Amino acid sequence: MLRDITLGQYYQADSVIHRLDPRVKLVTTICFIISLFLVDNWAGYLIAGLFLLMIIRFSKVPFKFMVRGMKSILFLLIFAAVFNLFLTPGEVVVSFWKLKITREGIRFAAFMAVRLIFLIMGSSVMTLTTTPNNLTDGLEKLLGPLKVLKVPVHEIAMMMSIALRFIPILLEETDKIMKAQIARGADFESGNLIRKAKSLVPLLVPLFISAFRRANDLAMAMEARCYRGGEQRTKMKPLIYHKADVLAYGTVACYLVICITFGKILL
Amino acid sequence: MGIVKTDKLVFEYIRRDEEGNVEGITRAVDEVSLDVKQGDFVAILGHNGSGKSTLAKHINAILYPTEGTVFVDGKNTSDESNLWDIRQEAGMVFQNPDNQIIGQVVEEDVGFGPENLGVPTKEIWERVEESLKAVGMYEFRKYSPNKLSGGQKQRVSIAGVIAMHPKCIILDEPTAMLDPNGRKEVIRAVRALNDVEGITVILITHYMEEIIHANKVFVMDKGKIAMEGTPREIFSQVDKLKKLRLDVPQVTLLAHELRESGLPIPEGILTKEELIKALGL
Repeated sequence: MLRDITLGQYYQADSVIHRLDPRVKLVTTICFIISLFLVDNWAGYLIAGLFLLMIIRFSKVPFKFMVRGMKSILFLLIFAAVFNLFLTPGEVVVSFWKLKITREGIRFAAFMAVRLIFLIMGSSVMTLTTTPNNLTDGLEKLLGPLKVLKVPVHEIAMMMSIALRFIPILLEETDKIMKAQIARGADFESGNLIRKAKSLVPLLVPLFISAFRRANDLAMAMEARCYRGGEQRTKMKPLIYHKADVLAYGTVACYLVICITFGKILL
Repeated sequence: MGIVKTDKLVFEYIRRDEEGNVEGITRAVDEVSLDVKQGDFVAILGHNGSGKSTLAKHINAILYPTEGTVFVDGKNTSDESNLWDIRQEAGMVFQNPDNQIIGQVVEEDVGFGPENLGVPTKEIWERVEESLKAVGMYEFRKYSPNKLSGGQKQRVSIAGVIAMHPKCIILDEPTAMLDPNGRKEVIRAVRALNDVEGITVILITHYMEEIIHANKVFVMDKGKIAMEGTPREIFSQVDKLKKLRLDVPQVTLLAHELRESGLPIPEGILTKEELIKALGL
């Protein structure tokens, strides 16, 4: 069962967005997030919302997948909204007991909520339409210029992709160790939080040992296959920009300009 | 000189205590000299701790000899400038299939070796295709390695090595963690490589059934080569094999016992068919 865990919640579909170069999607996501923080009026958020809606439409990912990601931040969302609602000073609209709701408070709370929702949705679109593998490749290529500053970009990307490859294996192993411990009377279920955490120690120790052993084996296997870092390495699936990618960059640039002019400069 | 040649190879593990003082020295490989010809299928047998894996790691230049020399295709493994050539020419398949697959998709894993060698993209794809076809895993090229059986994973690992176009492939107990079906799959793939592609194979194992097809067998014990010869020559010395704590295939054992009891059967029976013929049934 654990084998079927897909990381990064990739949704398999054949759409324009899925086919885009991962670099385009990464840049778009970053631009989108920046635009959300620059904008501070309703017109700007309306434009951002329309842009997001358009992308979701194109991606052919069912809308409920986007909403699913929202559940995990529901608490944060309410928390942020409530704090903004009650603690922003300004012109008082309603007041009862010691709490005051101000006009500015309502505005801030609403903006904050919309901002957070858009932020999560925007990044979900990226992770839903890009395989983790593709994403690492894109990241490696995008961060490439940092190599000049001696940032080990290739190594970071390699570590990410190896980590992704080993997550299901380690999960399976956790499951195996857990069953072995349960068979010998270990109890992972009962007790309070601290007790539960303590009972995980005999699980983590063997898991760590085996992870190190695997890492050692893997390093040897990689060296045996002539791995010597990123230099003079060729790519089996090189990233090449196509027409659609250029078009997408253009669209994002247009979006940024429109969004900032309407959301910041005007009004 | 053959493709792989070792000359009085010695390898010592130095055991240290917690402060780093030398506690003792273990000689894992002790004056081993062997010569493997291009196109051979060589099996190296031995029980646990006989030094067979340590020997294998020398051929791929993962370990360097303490004394003596190892030549791969005429190149000395102790010379660091030969390192990458040797690793390309002598590919290595390890025991645990999970710990040697790097890619998240079968085809990407097979492409890992050629990528490291700097092969142009178009040629990588050609190599991946031919290697996967050679081990019969082409239909699985888009699969995640996590969804494959042990035998299939091991065949992917073999494909990953072939894609580097090695002259020789060393398999370090490739079947130790597999079930009998997986074991058969892997051995079949290895034999096909040797027969069809003419790649030299050095198979390290402790399963006797797997060495029947070898041209030459070396039996290791305590770091030394204890026996060498064709499978038939090795299997005709049942008592000596037992002394080395190695299991003899059931058919060979039965034939040996029958012979001991006075039946006129030749030494070194390897298969059921041979025994039936020898018994005149």
